[in-house]
Amino acid sequence: MWTFFHKLGSPPWLYGISGSILRYLLPLTLLALAVGMTWGIFFTDPDFRQGNSYRIIYIHVPAAVVALAGYYVMAIAGGVSLIWKMKMADVAMRACAPIGAALTFVALVTGAIWGKPTWGTWWVWDARITSMLILFFLYLGVVALYEAYDNKEAAGKACAVLSLVGTVNIPIIYKSVDWWYSLHQPASIKFTGESSIDPSMLYPLLLMIAAFYALFTCLMLMNMRAEILERESRTKWVRKLAEEGS
Amino acid sequence: MSAPGALAFCGRLLRRQLVLAVRRPIEIVNPLLFFAMVVALFPLGLGPAPDALAEFAPGMLWIIALLSSLLTSDTVFRSDFDDGSLEQLLLSPQPLYFSVLAYVGAHWLITGVLLALVSPVFALMLGLPGQAIVALVISLLLGTAVLSLVGGIGAALTVGLKRGGMLISLLILPLYMPVLIFGSAAVQAAVIGAPAGPYLAILGAMLSLAIALAPVAMSAGLRISIDA
Repeated sequence: MWTFFHKLGSPPWLYGISGSILRYLLPLTLLALAVGMTWGIFFTDPDFRQGNSYRIIYIHVPAAVVALAGYYVMAIAGGVSLIWKMKMADVAMRACAPIGAALTFVALVTGAIWGKPTWGTWWVWDARITSMLILFFLYLGVVALYEAYDNKEAAGKACAVLSLVGTVNIPIIYKSVDWWYSLHQPASIKFTGESSIDPSMLYPLLLMIAAFYALFTCLMLMNMRAEILERESRTKWVRKLAEEGS
Repeated sequence: MSAPGALAFCGRLLRRQLVLAVRRPIEIVNPLLFFAMVVALFPLGLGPAPDALAEFAPGMLWIIALLSSLLTSDTVFRSDFDDGSLEQLLLSPQPLYFSVLAYVGAHWLITGVLLALVSPVFALMLGLPGQAIVALVISLLLGTAVLSLVGGIGAALTVGLKRGGMLISLLILPLYMPVLIFGSAAVQAAVIGAPAGPYLAILGAMLSLAIALAPVAMSAGLRISIDA
């Protein structure tokens, strides 16, 4: 167990293992995305009230769910790097921020596109929408703070502190649809009790959520590999890697 | 000479910050002038109709308080960082938790408390109903304390950067938003005659949480900024 953690701290080992994980996970992710999209778009019935426009749910909801979860991944990685001074946790935290920002952006844009036919408006200052916008700014804040520091080690620590501080907002975003009842519908999928969504629509949605988690993992690993190569560019193993041309 | 206790040290630091502020009165008057001028901007921008102004007054006053707290939070640690006394503070055996509380406390006293005390004047100028003014003052007193603590985190993280000013707003405005929501909700509740107590209680809870956790984040932020 402990040797596993020690190995996690080693850049060449992490680079190698993430490469072999990606070799299997990436095709699997793309397959799941393709199946989920096809299933959701062509093989489900139209919603009785929203017609076909609801189908954007298969991108909107997974993006939003993973964008929120990604913040926790970032904050936990930041906490680990602050407490145990693991450099690779720092790399992981750094890798999360742009992906999280992108997913939040996707959730906001698809929400706006979905909002136009169903609510008749692109944008409302609803609690869930506004808090997702804040999440977008939280992610951008981490990216901007990292870029502002010249010393990359200090930048990592500062971002870790910031992302930990920002976690106080995440439960508010999660619960916003239940606390402020407005245009955005409350959560339809529940882990306890009956979901208020038909199984025929739920299963492709769950598949898409799983696929987006996998996509987040893939993108994060790819980001981390790039960052590891950049940080370790002066070491022997990277030079060897470059000479082998792989 | 024996070292003073943590609380006595915290008190002395607070007094030092306040004396420094009093010696430069412009720093105390600036947020108030800012508050007054932005209040004057709203009737110009929104039109002087009294009904509309009274309706927007709770949110307006809260947003202005938030902005003036934001604008001044960059200066909390700045001068002490520049002259090196912050480094001495970090090296001293005193617990940093209380020291940063003293810095933030001074910031709160010279911005938040003063703003809360003069806010009734501007509230009346904007036509806010009289019964909402107590809620406004209490919500500002509680809320600006949270704003000062959260702003202190941003200040600690950016104090080592040359251009922290713009960055700090991106970092801490998202964290200000819950305070804004419940602060202006308290005033709005009082305007329509509903009890403002629940909202004030939530602000109080935020303040407790911020007092417990923000100094830890600030201390960590200062150590990072000094090391960088």
